[in-house]
Amino acid sequence: MTDQVLYAQLLYGGSGIILVLLGLWSFLVHAALLRKLIAINLMGAGVFHILVAIAYRGIDTPPDPVPHALVLTGIVVAVSATALALAFGKRLDQVDD
Amino acid sequence: MIDALPLAVTLPLIGAFAVTVSPLHARGLGLMAAVLTVASALSVTATVWSDGVLRADLGGWGVPLGIALEADGLSAAFLAMANTVALAVSVYAGGYFKQESARHFWPLWLLLWSALNGLFLAADLFNLYVTLELLGLSAAALGAITGTREAVAANLRYLLVGLLGSMSYLLGVSLVYAAYGVLDIGLVAEAIEPGPIAWTAMTLMIGGLILKAALFPMHFWLPPAHANAPAPVSAALSALVVKAAFYLALRLWLDVFAPVLNEAAANLLGILGAAAVVWGSWRALRAERLKLLAAYSTVAQMGYLFIAFPLLAATPPGLARDNLLAAVVLLALTHGFAKAGFFLAAGMVQKTAGHDRIDDLGGAAQALPAATFAIGLAGVALIGLPPSGTFLAKWVMLEQAMILGLWWWLVVMMVGTLLAAAYIFRVLSRAFNREPTPYRFVNDARTELPALLLGLIATFGLGIAAQPLWVLLEQGAFG
Repeated sequence: MTDQVLYAQLLYGGSGIILVLLGLWSFLVHAALLRKLIAINLMGAGVFHILVAIAYRGIDTPPDPVPHALVLTGIVVAVSATALALAFGKRLDQVDD
Repeated sequence: MIDALPLAVTLPLIGAFAVTVSPLHARGLGLMAAVLTVASALSVTATVWSDGVLRADLGGWGVPLGIALEADGLSAAFLAMANTVALAVSVYAGGYFKQESARHFWPLWLLLWSALNGLFLAADLFNLYVTLELLGLSAAALGAITGTREAVAANLRYLLVGLLGSMSYLLGVSLVYAAYGVLDIGLVAEAIEPGPIAWTAMTLMIGGLILKAALFPMHFWLPPAHANAPAPVSAALSALVVKAAFYLALRLWLDVFAPVLNEAAANLLGILGAAAVVWGSWRALRAERLKLLAAYSTVAQMGYLFIAFPLLAATPPGLARDNLLAAVVLLALTHGFAKAGFFLAAGMVQKTAGHDRIDDLGGAAQALPAATFAIGLAGVALIGLPPSGTFLAKWVMLEQAMILGLWWWLVVMMVGTLLAAAYIFRVLSRAFNREPTPYRFVNDARTELPALLLGLIATFGLGIAAQPLWVLLEQGAFG
């Protein structure tokens, strides 16, 4: 593995880990539903970042398709989960009124 | 028979589509899908029983690219339990949900079932993540099906906790893929070696599953979510959904991370399990509502399952370890049946009495002998009286703990058993319309304490400290 690939993977993977930690922190300290949801999506983005970094194998080599497939599936799951949580939040607001 | 494997996952999925398309026939179509699913799942179990491990590479794509389904003894056992319980829940739900609510119940319920079977049969780590998420989403939606404020708030919390858990699990999966480049459980198990990456991945994955399995102190979301759902949904959530997270943790522990394990991690899980047993049983004893009692009892029963981890880690491979593993699975399966039965019967009581406050139930349960008897039978299994599966399982676990000299697990399990007896009998005593028990525990110390002490000696003193008797009897005058 060349240095260039390694640096790219470290840069993207490292920022992914930072995103996960930021999201986790935000998820734990904020009580508001919207903030929690954004935080959990941020964590998801961090994990996807790491997966994309894993897939990278240099400019000349095509990337590993498996992590890409995982990211796509993960995005679908994250969107559905966010939608369900928002529907719950909306329902709670309606009951309160 | 190789086809039964994907059928167990696709049949409920097809059923879910059918009831969504044709909501007027939701009940009939749903029950039909339920029967077909159970048939295919039980045929998987029967085939594993007679022929050994079953594997299906979907679409003819082999590893490492394809997604495989696999059934071994462990998954077949959980599959059989889950599908039998799910059939009972379906039949019950057929009468429980009418018209409008049936239209909402059946699609979600069949989706949940599909995710459950997928989770028991998936053979790769990422597919397990997908089934775990589908299970969490459909479970949270089902739990909130009544639309009341308490139910929605409790299940929103459940959903968020579940999302955090699966995010942690997914991070672990991506670490595994980064390090070893494979996701199939068998291939990961071959490639894995002790090191910081494997350790971090294990912590993240099992940590995420602990959240979903409601292990103390991550149990806070379970009681409100399970107690506020309609009875058939509570039964499925308590008996099956948390059990699925435990199954996955056990599977990872045994098959994937076996070379990475150490005693500290096992002991940590055991200590959390022990705390869950004591705290969950205590809260169940103090619960004011029947369904809340059942939900806290689930927290306690999940604790027993995690006490098995330090025992498993301390037992060398061999017959004793196989017995112990069988006992743990037996405990999980028995609890699945017992807790589902308990919740279904409690639902019947609640429907008849119009509430489920234990103190006011007096006599209401007398009108329902079968439901009360079901609660009693489930109670026998929850306490662990003979001849229930729990009795056998606890017996093996206690015996192994004694052989290993790990007596403290013994104490926890006995305290939990005693508390379980107390909370079950508290419910049963109400069923016979007796006066409420006096507030004071001891009313006349002089007469009651000696009797108590004698009872304690008979139950615990002679049970645990019987060995001196053997020593004493060796002092024979004529031997």
